[in-house]
Amino acid sequence: MGRQSLDLVEARQCCGIARLVAKVGNKNDELWRRFAVAVPYLWLLVFFLAPFAIILKISLADPILAQPPYSPSFDSDGSPAMSLGNYGFLFSDDLYAITYLRSVAMAAVTTVLCLLVGFPIAYGIARSSTETRNLLLLLIVLPFWISFLLRVYAWMGLMNNYGVINTVLMWTGLIKEPLQIMYTDFATAVGLVYSYLPFMILPLYATLERMNMDLVEAAQDLGASRTRAFWDITWPLAKAGTIAGCLLVFIPAMGEYVIPYLLGGPDSLFIGRVLFDEFFLNRDWPLASAVAIVLLMLLVVPIVLLQRAQARDEEQAA
Amino acid sequence: MKSHSRFILSVLAFGYAFLYIPLVSVVVYSFNDSSLAAVWGGFSTRWYGELLRNEQVLDALFLSIKIAVTSATLATILGTMSGMALARFGRFKGRTLFSGMISSPMVMPEVITGLSLLLLFVTLQQLTGWPGQRGFSTITIAHTTFSMAYVAVIVQSRLVAMNESLEEAAMDLGGRPLRVVFDITLPLIAPAMIAGWLLSFTLSLDDLVIASFVSGPGSTTLPMLIFSKVKLGVSPDINALASVIIAMVTLGVAVAWLIMRRNAKSGPL
Repeated sequence: MGRQSLDLVEARQCCGIARLVAKVGNKNDELWRRFAVAVPYLWLLVFFLAPFAIILKISLADPILAQPPYSPSFDSDGSPAMSLGNYGFLFSDDLYAITYLRSVAMAAVTTVLCLLVGFPIAYGIARSSTETRNLLLLLIVLPFWISFLLRVYAWMGLMNNYGVINTVLMWTGLIKEPLQIMYTDFATAVGLVYSYLPFMILPLYATLERMNMDLVEAAQDLGASRTRAFWDITWPLAKAGTIAGCLLVFIPAMGEYVIPYLLGGPDSLFIGRVLFDEFFLNRDWPLASAVAIVLLMLLVVPIVLLQRAQARDEEQAA
Repeated sequence: MKSHSRFILSVLAFGYAFLYIPLVSVVVYSFNDSSLAAVWGGFSTRWYGELLRNEQVLDALFLSIKIAVTSATLATILGTMSGMALARFGRFKGRTLFSGMISSPMVMPEVITGLSLLLLFVTLQQLTGWPGQRGFSTITIAHTTFSMAYVAVIVQSRLVAMNESLEEAAMDLGGRPLRVVFDITLPLIAPAMIAGWLLSFTLSLDDLVIASFVSGPGSTTLPMLIFSKVKLGVSPDINALASVIIAMVTLGVAVAWLIMRRNAKSGPL
């Protein structure tokens, strides 16, 4: 007994000495911590946050024929020369309002379709044996590693008038004339769902995999039907993954440029396209900036929601 | 294997068919002899030969790989630091803003990121003269910025899932903090860093919109070149290029899966 407590005292002393040594290193520790935070912090301030201030500034300028093609924020006598003219223009022209609304609608449709297709897939993967599960997950992620542009391109080959789908349909005799699939909203929606489906499946899988299946069994043992058990148990428990997945699809889909351009045809109105064309074709940098600011305003709420969902997830995991 | 309901099985089958039919069709058509992409003109590998002789494609590929390697490396360094800061440093000044800036670039629409970075570069050039020419350096900076967010999230979640006790033990035994980072923490998060590097590399190779904004004359990346061709419709040499990429990715993923399976069989770790 006495020997043991002596050991304890010794151990404590050793620990104390170790702590003392560590304390000498604390100065280094502080330095290292500051460095590890400051470098990425500074990088993001300069290359992520500051650019938004610049967009805001340029959205208040006028387009001019010069290099760069926008008017300075201050006149030569130092008085400010900024105006809300570009925003006035955006709100007075119905075309922009329609385009924003259509982008929201297409992004929403994409999100719902991704959820409808993605939920059963994520559920099926989460309920498979470990080895099958890894293979199935890998197969979900694999297309993601192949160039996004080439995946959209693959759909052009499937959906155009002489593409695979029309050839098969005509061969079976179901249709006589090729269907116009390409250059429609339908084609855009297919491309969007195809490209963003993994972003829905992965967070859903993560929550469903953690879920305790005994709860569903218990509900069924107590007489709940399969549907009832799903809506009362599985669905509420998968809420975190559903919210994260929907936001991960909705936010980037809103600003999509490539998919509507390649699959949607010349008059597919999408806000990302309008921004791109305003910038590259019309060289109206101030108007493009104003379009970007309004788009950002529309996305602030979903982005904040996503961050709160992720923070909650982080706390749960910790 | 647990049994699946018929509904789940059919959705799984449909889902995977949806994901893979387009890819299979591209590979099939890449062996089409006809230069009209829609008409089958017999089996041929001529488009692969033409791809290898196309210097424009090879130049663009080289530039893209150079950018991808540089930006992935920078992103891994910056992202690992950010991930450690978020997972291990507790509350520090400006943490909320920091974690916000880490997670936002991942969902920010590309058109906004591209436009904002270009305007930053133009403004910087007016004020400081740098960057004199847009191209390799500006695209690399842009790609580093959005990739580091992914690395940070991967590293952070690995650190959160990992027990802190090893690092604490090393500290208690008198390990200097920086030594602990290099001897204990970094080796433990190495798999996350590799995953982050690979993801950054792919994201960079994949990016079209942001690169279109921040590149200058004379620097055409591979996606920019592909886009300028694809705009005009389906073309057989792009089919061949896509097939090469699909083959390479499939091979890489197959190897990764085999390694994963072997590790799983030889027990955890």
